[in-house]
Amino acid sequence: MTGQAHTGRPRRLLRNLSSKIASIPMMLTAVVIFLGGTTWTVVYSFTNSKLLPRANFVGLDQYERLWDAPRWIVSIQNLAIYGALTLVFSLVMGFVLAALMDQKIRFENTFRTIFLYPFALSFIVTGLVWQWILNPEFGVQSVVRALGWTSFTFDPLYNADIVIYGVLIAGLWQGTGLVMCLLLAGLRGIDEDIWKAARVDGIPMWKTYLFIIIPMMRPVFITTLVIIASGIVKVYDLVVAQTSGGPGIASEVPAKYVYDYMFQAQNLGQGFAASTMMLVTVAIIIVPWAYLEFGGRKRV
Amino acid sequence: MRFMAAALAATVVLPSAAAYATDLEVTHWWTSGGEAAAVAEFAKAFDATGNKWIDGAIAGAGSTARPIMVSRLTGGDPMGATQFNHGRQAEELVEAGLLRDLTDVATRENWKEIIKPASLLDSCTVDGKIYCAPVNIHSWQWLWLSNAAFETAGVPVPKNWDEFVAAAPALEKAGIVPLAVGGQAWQAAGAFDVLMVAIAGKDTFNKVFKDKDADVAAGPDMARVFKAAEDARRMSRGTNVQDWNQATNMVITGKAGGQIMGDWAQGEFALAGKVAGKDYTCLPGLGVNEVISTGGDAFYFPVLADEEKSKAQEVLASTLLAPATQVAFNLKKGSLPVRGDVDLAAANDCMKKGLDILAKGNVIEGTDQLLSADSQKQKEDLFSEFFANPSMTPEDAQKRFAAIIASAD
Repeated sequence: MTGQAHTGRPRRLLRNLSSKIASIPMMLTAVVIFLGGTTWTVVYSFTNSKLLPRANFVGLDQYERLWDAPRWIVSIQNLAIYGALTLVFSLVMGFVLAALMDQKIRFENTFRTIFLYPFALSFIVTGLVWQWILNPEFGVQSVVRALGWTSFTFDPLYNADIVIYGVLIAGLWQGTGLVMCLLLAGLRGIDEDIWKAARVDGIPMWKTYLFIIIPMMRPVFITTLVIIASGIVKVYDLVVAQTSGGPGIASEVPAKYVYDYMFQAQNLGQGFAASTMMLVTVAIIIVPWAYLEFGGRKRV
Repeated sequence: MRFMAAALAATVVLPSAAAYATDLEVTHWWTSGGEAAAVAEFAKAFDATGNKWIDGAIAGAGSTARPIMVSRLTGGDPMGATQFNHGRQAEELVEAGLLRDLTDVATRENWKEIIKPASLLDSCTVDGKIYCAPVNIHSWQWLWLSNAAFETAGVPVPKNWDEFVAAAPALEKAGIVPLAVGGQAWQAAGAFDVLMVAIAGKDTFNKVFKDKDADVAAGPDMARVFKAAEDARRMSRGTNVQDWNQATNMVITGKAGGQIMGDWAQGEFALAGKVAGKDYTCLPGLGVNEVISTGGDAFYFPVLADEEKSKAQEVLASTLLAPATQVAFNLKKGSLPVRGDVDLAAANDCMKKGLDILAKGNVIEGTDQLLSADSQKQKEDLFSEFFANPSMTPEDAQKRFAAIIASAD
């Protein structure tokens, strides 16, 4: 800084200087790591880089190969099924649990801990636990058969048609507790007077929830949505631990395709193309929504 | 602060103390019981030269370990030496100048003469320079059969693939899975390669994988292989295990009739106290076409700035290939030695069969040597899907196979 700053009006840049300095590391991280890394990845997805990045451009070759690969198509389908169902079920189940928890029940702390506990486990542990539970020789199927129902068949992880639902069960088991906690916090934030007013007007409880409470909890729902959605897009470790993509390629997901092709197949270009497609997909969903959500509000 | 100073002082002192015996970190993925015992032989031999082997074992299969090794090399944190399957896995690392030229050591010790078959050294050679030291030969072309399972089913133990296919219904009737194929993708792809050599023969194998001839890949010989693969798929239904050694265990315990797996399966039989010929039968080349592939493991040496360590690398390279080390290591590993002039009297029946075939020269190169990691991965994707999905026809699979070969480099 030179002394000249004293003479003029304090410039806008210097207002809240300490907070601006404090945020420099994060800004640098965002620009260099996120933006820089993303740009680099997109640029190199147009090359034929193998084990090491090489700037030998081949146009859209990597993308053509990607969309010709049956494994990539299966991955996208699986992500769509897993994503849609996770979103719906974890929100519905999370909200129902939170609403039940909000009825001033006894041992609320205990229940809350039990429901939230799975979230403390890593996806790897969750995946392994559910791999055992769903294994036909050791898990649910053998228990039910031991009880006498010998024709009972339940082996989702070994049936290519339904394996993704086996993964979904494990994902929900782990994620629902967190959704419940977030929504419970939202419910607790609702003023007691609103409940009283609704009761005075004789509105049934389910209607109060549906038409008064839920609309009031909009910000909490949006936070929850973002957390669930980011968890869906990056799902990888759960699949690796539970099925390693099998049987065959029936439970592959895009993030696993990226990793396998970048590192196991030593084909960086293909991995970059796949990760760019993931970014594009996310952008297609997020950008219009963010525009409506945040862009619209400013004008009001 | 005092602690910090002490710690700093310690780091200053350490290098000079280590200068007498050079430490060399060696990374590898040999972590199962038999493998760890084998690698200990290397460590013992290297320590005997006055240097020190720092073991850098990475758990998990090669597919887990290789990305870690590569990122250490490209990230500027090289180890003293590292395992790869020799062939094309390290190709680009050599081209990028990250790995060391061993031609001097190789000429001094006359590797060209002693290493048999010569294709092993060829796979280490880039532009006339030698970049790796092969340490063993692993062959894929084995069918392991459980004698007990066939006894239960009341059929004689088959002597070749066709008899095995014919015996499958009897096994199924007895509640035995005829052919165990683990769920990991490389197992399905590997089993297919074995069927290919056995049924279509060596020439077709070379035309497809070496010359990348897509017409042959789409042709009638390969169609027969795909038909056999369909048989294998039907016979493998109900395996329900992931890892190869779990599948081998099904054969050991008589829950499965057989398994197509490389000679490393032998270690599992030995560990379970089973005797070749009595408890289990091994059929090289599926009993049809006695050919074995000569892929295997090799050690690569990164370029290091440290003079002492570079010298130690040379010592390690020659230790790995010394006759005594070769015998000790390969007996524990269940693999074949890379030099033809050592005596493996302690080898069991199956290993002896392998040595015989090797001596006759009925060998092919391993797919790791012929195909890039990228093509290998595509092939794995295809065959893991084929083996898991009964609605995929052999014709469709062959079409996709030919496309992979056409685009292979």
